[in-house]
Amino acid sequence: MRLEFGAISKQFGNHQALCDVSLSVPEFQSLAIIGPSGGGKTTLLRIIAGLEIPESGHLSIDGQRVNFSEEFLLSHRRSIGTVFQAYNLFPHLTARENVILPLVKVHGRSTDEAHAVVEALFERFELSRHADQRPAELSGGQQQRVAIVRAIAIKPRFLIFDEPTSALDPEMTAEVLDFIAELRGEGRDLIIVTHNMGFAREVSDHCLFIAEGHVLEEGRSAELFSKPQHPQLVNFLAKVLRY
Amino acid sequence: MDSFVTQKLGRPVGLAAMIFSWGLVALLSTALFSFAFSQLHYGWNWEAIWQYRNKFLQGWLMTLAISAASLLVSLIIGLLAALARRSAFLPVRYSAVLYVEIVRGTPLLVQILILFYVVANAFGMENRYLVGVLALSLFAGAYLAEMIRSGIESIRDSQLESARAIGLTRGQTYHYVIFPQLVRQLAPPLTGQFASIIKDSSLLSIIAVSEFTLNAQEVNAFTYSTLESYLPLALGYLLLTLPISLLSRVMERRFHFAT
Ligand SMILES: Nc1ncnc2c1ncn2[C@@H]1O[C@H](COP(=O)(O)OP(=O)(O)OP(=O)(O)O)[C@@H](O)[C@H]1O
Ligand SMILES: [Mg+2]
Repeated sequence: MRLEFGAISKQFGNHQALCDVSLSVPEFQSLAIIGPSGGGKTTLLRIIAGLEIPESGHLSIDGQRVNFSEEFLLSHRRSIGTVFQAYNLFPHLTARENVILPLVKVHGRSTDEAHAVVEALFERFELSRHADQRPAELSGGQQQRVAIVRAIAIKPRFLIFDEPTSALDPEMTAEVLDFIAELRGEGRDLIIVTHNMGFAREVSDHCLFIAEGHVLEEGRSAELFSKPQHPQLVNFLAKVLRY
Repeated sequence: MDSFVTQKLGRPVGLAAMIFSWGLVALLSTALFSFAFSQLHYGWNWEAIWQYRNKFLQGWLMTLAISAASLLVSLIIGLLAALARRSAFLPVRYSAVLYVEIVRGTPLLVQILILFYVVANAFGMENRYLVGVLALSLFAGAYLAEMIRSGIESIRDSQLESARAIGLTRGQTYHYVIFPQLVRQLAPPLTGQFASIIKDSSLLSIIAVSEFTLNAQEVNAFTYSTLESYLPLALGYLLLTLPISLLSRVMERRFHFAT
């Protein structure tokens, strides 16, 4: 897929989260967004996901202009699979019901069809045992995997992950990252914000480095990680790789 | 003896231990009341009361009707007040705060009297049954408003974000995410509130609403049989509140889930 940002700005109160981001990201299958905390990664991701509206600027996905009207954004959001850090699932619904809800109520599938889809996906990703459990009865890793299954069940144009493992312990982190790597292996398009540099490097073919509301560096991941140019990126990588 | 002691509240209790323990409690309380009544030297006169059985029944049904109507109206008032309490428009929000604080800070008896002799009089509301239902509804509505508000607030923002992300509309979000969780949360306290309304409705006797309590008072005045008038009264209220209290506990267990 391709992305094009044209002078995108987003402000919260008097804090500029994104300043005039202009950038054309060439064809990629998997994009990683990295950078220091508070740099604007989530904000940029939420704009792409149709969850946030910038004050100014425009965005094109695969050459298609995103229209920032609530009406368009609703159908835009419906075409994307989004997974947040944590608490993606509704606590009053079982794992199965969580996946079925958008299939039936948003995408108009019949209940039988939706059940079949869920059955197959749970089977494949070894979640069948947990189908009838509520989120509180699942581990953090299992919850995230169910959330990812919910995102892919609707056959999205692409997937968006915002630090999907930052609330998990190392073992569960591996379980979820393996899952995402597997999805990438299937050829799905995805955009991921992560603090895990090893994973970003391994899973992505393109990478953006964002700090203080600016994209300071972008490029093919293989190059960006091995030959960082911008001093802030060099500094950032040295810091996160030290431990 | 060990099986009659539960180490931790909430642990399952053996059936035999439960039956035996309840039996013991029933026996002791029966003994206590039997003793109390046997010391009374009271000339029971149930025949006089039996003639007024229809008056008891009518009063009981009236209490049930008034309570049911009040529950319904108080739900609407409570919901509106809870939403008003969350309004961004300050005058609306503060009106809700004022309403809730005044109602919760004054006795129901005083509210009934003021509503009946001042407010209803001023607005020409003459039907004392309507005034009674309104008084009970306003009273219970204030408590419900706080329950509903805390129920809505307990639903995390992250859930609303998820709902938006998967493409639910605002209406769908209320229908499939907020409302089911509210109902589960509110079902137990709501039934408790219903039991309270039933008991509180006895205060409407003060403005001459012919409900259960007033009718019992009248029978007492006609027959001079105080105990025979008031014992059925207690029994009649228990007949309503006990099943409700049981229902509330069943629902609490059924709907309980961790968030
Ligand atoms: N809803 C909001 N209201 C106010 N300020 C916000 C909001 N969302 C983000 N910000 C601010 O905008 C800036 C960028 O936030 P953003 O969440 O995009 O950063 P991030 O790069 O994702 O950081 P992190 O790695 O900590 O998640 C931060 O200073 C943040 O405090
Ligand atoms: Mg973030």
